[in-house]
Amino acid sequence: MKDDSRMRWQDEFCRGALEIIPIVLAAIPIGLLWGTLAAKKGFSPLETALASGSMFGGAAQFVAIDLWRDPVPWLLVIFSVLVVNARHVLMGASLSRHLGAIAPHLRPFAMFLLVDEVWALAERRVLQRPLTWPYYLGLGLPLWASWTIASTFGALIGRSLGEPAAYGLDFAFPSLFIVILASFWRGPKTGAILAVSGAVAALSKLFIPGAWYIVLGGFAGVALAAATYKPGPADVG
Amino acid sequence: MWADPVTLLTIAGMALATYATRAAGFTLMRFIKVGGRLKTALDAMPPAILMAVIAPTIFATGPAETLAAIITMLAAIARLPLIAVVVIGVASVAVLRIAL
Repeated sequence: MKDDSRMRWQDEFCRGALEIIPIVLAAIPIGLLWGTLAAKKGFSPLETALASGSMFGGAAQFVAIDLWRDPVPWLLVIFSVLVVNARHVLMGASLSRHLGAIAPHLRPFAMFLLVDEVWALAERRVLQRPLTWPYYLGLGLPLWASWTIASTFGALIGRSLGEPAAYGLDFAFPSLFIVILASFWRGPKTGAILAVSGAVAALSKLFIPGAWYIVLGGFAGVALAAATYKPGPADVG
Repeated sequence: MWADPVTLLTIAGMALATYATRAAGFTLMRFIKVGGRLKTALDAMPPAILMAVIAPTIFATGPAETLAAIITMLAAIARLPLIAVVVIGVASVAVLRIAL
């Protein structure tokens, strides 16, 4: 019996790890690039490892390293990280309803691993089956390890493989999101939500400085869904 | 120098700020009873956020990204495996960026 549950654990972990592989492959050169940028701004390999390992956030780290100078404008840097990561509040709120199969004492740690790609794959998983801890760890741990190791290597060798965009690697993330978006399609109602959130996000990105566009676009779509809500038979009484 | 104190403190601040955003939604929802309109709103959240993340890239970057997004979307609708769709997306944007 014990062997059986261990096998199921490994099975679930591997399932998560398999799903995250394309993202890991795309994240490695991007991690290398971040490490080289950090080294150029004076980060030692140790500091680079600490930053990537403790933050585990691509977009926020690129914004932070861009703002980095001597002396460190630490308040601006930390505030910018907060703004870039504001979208995670929404992601966490959405996923929080699906953590039932994960032991309560593991949930705070699960939130540490809640990067965009892990969140998106976890949301897709709960459309089919409950979200288990080994599956979630299988998503998050390989990505965390490769991100941290790659950026440390970048700082050590001080040279990246070139601009990831030249190989289209930056497009791995939108591609993943498009796949997962497809599994959320529920007909015209979804279309309306997507049209509103997409339009608001794109316009916000063009006209509003800072990284508010995800929160604004997300809110716009959610607001539409709430506004057009009609109580069903299940909600009455 | 291996680690500068100001750098370390700023890294700690950034890590805290990041974790705070990731834990906030989860913590907040523990105090909220979900039903009816709020449930509908929360159900709409994943697709709305997914779209908001990618919209600037696919609509407002350039023709290569927009076309590649359409190709990727067709591959996704065709229910190809996840890794295949990601490879198609990456390859098509790489080719289109050179071609366009």
